Amino acid sequence: MKKIAIALAAVIGLGVSMANAADKLRIGTEGAYPPFNGIDKEGKAFGFDVDIANALCAEMKAECEIVAPLEWDSIIIGLNKKKYDAIVASMSITEERKKAVAFTDPYYSNNLTMVAKKGANIDPNNLKGKSVGAQRATISANYVTDNMKDVDAKLYDTQENAYLDLASGRVEVLVSDKLPAYDWLRSEQGAGFEFIGDAIDVNDKIGIAVRKKDDDLRMKLNAALKAIVANGTYEKINAKYFPFSIF
Amino acid sequence: MFDFQGFGPQIAYGAWMTIQVAFGGLLIGLVFGLLGAGAKLSPYAFLRGIGQSYTTVVRGIPEILIVLLVYFGGEDILNRIGDQLGYDGYIEINVFAAGITALGVSFGAYATEVFRGAIQSVPRGQIEAAIACGMQSHQIFWRITLPQAMRLALPGLGNLFQCLLKDTSLVSLISLPELMRNSGIAIANTKEPFTFYFIAALIYLTITSVVLLGQIYAEKWANKGVQRANS
Amino acid sequence: MNWEEIFIALPKLWDGALVTMELVLISCLIGFVIAVPVALMRASNNWWVSNVPLIYTFFFRGTPLLVQLFLFYYGAAQFDAVRDSMFWPIFKEAYVCALVVFALNTGAYTAEIFRGAIQTVPHGEIEAGIAIGMTKPTLYRRIVLPRAIRMALPAYGNEIILMLKSSALAYTITLLDLTGVTRTIIARNYLAIEMYFAAGVIYLLLTFVFIQVWMRIEKRLMRFQA
Repeated sequence: MKKIAIALAAVIGLGVSMANAADKLRIGTEGAYPPFNGIDKEGKAFGFDVDIANALCAEMKAECEIVAPLEWDSIIIGLNKKKYDAIVASMSITEERKKAVAFTDPYYSNNLTMVAKKGANIDPNNLKGKSVGAQRATISANYVTDNMKDVDAKLYDTQENAYLDLASGRVEVLVSDKLPAYDWLRSEQGAGFEFIGDAIDVNDKIGIAVRKKDDDLRMKLNAALKAIVANGTYEKINAKYFPFSIF
Repeated sequence: MFDFQGFGPQIAYGAWMTIQVAFGGLLIGLVFGLLGAGAKLSPYAFLRGIGQSYTTVVRGIPEILIVLLVYFGGEDILNRIGDQLGYDGYIEINVFAAGITALGVSFGAYATEVFRGAIQSVPRGQIEAAIACGMQSHQIFWRITLPQAMRLALPGLGNLFQCLLKDTSLVSLISLPELMRNSGIAIANTKEPFTFYFIAALIYLTITSVVLLGQIYAEKWANKGVQRANS
Repeated sequence: MNWEEIFIALPKLWDGALVTMELVLISCLIGFVIAVPVALMRASNNWWVSNVPLIYTFFFRGTPLLVQLFLFYYGAAQFDAVRDSMFWPIFKEAYVCALVVFALNTGAYTAEIFRGAIQTVPHGEIEAGIAIGMTKPTLYRRIVLPRAIRMALPAYGNEIILMLKSSALAYTITLLDLTGVTRTIIARNYLAIEMYFAAGVIYLLLTFVFIQVWMRIEKRLMRFQA
């Protein structure tokens, strides 16, 4: 019996680590939200968020590890369970999330918008009965569930799956952050689609989430963010993805 | 036949991870199964109660919920134990450990019944003979009961392992980079869901078929002695 | 444990549980209709008749349900031919996709359970049937199938429970079944453990009630043996 118990402990023990606070900084990102974060052929994370995270780490002279891919709808829970120390994953700063985590200063700004097939003649002010998609646990999803009561709402685990269903015609309208949608519209799959209506939420700020107790880390990230904006690093990263400033 | 568009290595790595998760889950599941069977056959009502609750609860809720609960709840429990023992650091379970533990817990609940049945069908006379030879109870378990129960349990365990192999796809939902997850990544980049999920399906079919063949071979091997005695 | 939040979530969770029950009920009914002819073919002595449906059962029993679901839901939409076909308006519904995949999946497992049962119907009973001049359809309708289904009942009950548990994957294709509702709630209140716990208890209740009902059915159908 003892032998079994030891063997069991050893097997599970392979994956259990005693983490110390002084270890390197672990930064979580979703890895399914191009061009902000994605996973490439080598299984490595890439994108605007990842570049920003690495620039911040270089600025803070900290050793960092990018933790990806992660499930979006549980990404905040993972942070509070100390699976990583910060989330750099295009997360909107919202009052709802502030109850669970703390945010740094914003590192870019965004809008919500709607996307539909070109020439589908969808009236963005009257979506009654239309199928509307959004990613679960995002401000887009909250917008759909709170403000579009008479639509057929469909929530996806990843933005990628929402794109697949928009492209196949399963959903007629996608409510999404504007910048990733802008990037998707320029892709082969998104070529036949367009923005419809006005931007919805025009005051969406994207920040880095940290645990509420880690005020020290939050201050350090804020200082580093100021520094990379001031020394031009931010601008260089921005230019890699968008021909206009998104700060 | 298929254009992997550069994602071949990721898919292969995912398949390898799937196999590791399956065998990790099997190992833990066998231990849970033996402990469960031990508890259910125990002379103490308290232990029987624990065994009964374990199999009832685990077999009654979806595997995916077990995976999610172990992933999110497992650490809380470990850290509470850590606090009790005076360890003030933070204990972390990575996705791999959470995945194989969850699959093992689920496998173990079904294996409990298989082992219980097998142990009960070891002839009573043999155990009496062992007692008569002066063996102690742990010796009887390791030398007489377990080897024979294993043979009887083999077909049942084989079926459970087939289920476990397929359930490994569930740990993709806690972002462990196994076959399903990496297929999803390839699809995000290539926009070809059919191609990559079909490849994944073929790989799963290959794995389950190979395991099935292994199972048939193992059963033949385990029954060798018995057949010889019959002829 | 935050009990208050659990109580707040209960009505929504119950709505999800209703979707779960509906999915399981309908897919198991369709699965049964698929399983009976497939099982009869699988039990046939003719090599071709018995091995053609093997492709179907082999695929659905050899791959994870999650792969089947994604293959049919996201995969099928990759082809213009599918999207342009007359079936698309039906097949584009996530609900229909889930039902079709669940039914095909449980149908494959059920067929193998029934095949096993058909093959264990005592030879003497079949010979007796032939001896009194029953035609093959009558033989199957009056002797083989009633006998086989009764023998398959315990295993078939287990398969339905497995289907109930597997139906939790419906959320991955946007359906708001019990797990889907749970995840949607967690996305806003971050109480993962509480909500998964509540969902787990509801699943446990559903299985418990099902087992009670199933045992009654078994008892009733087996009453001649008492």
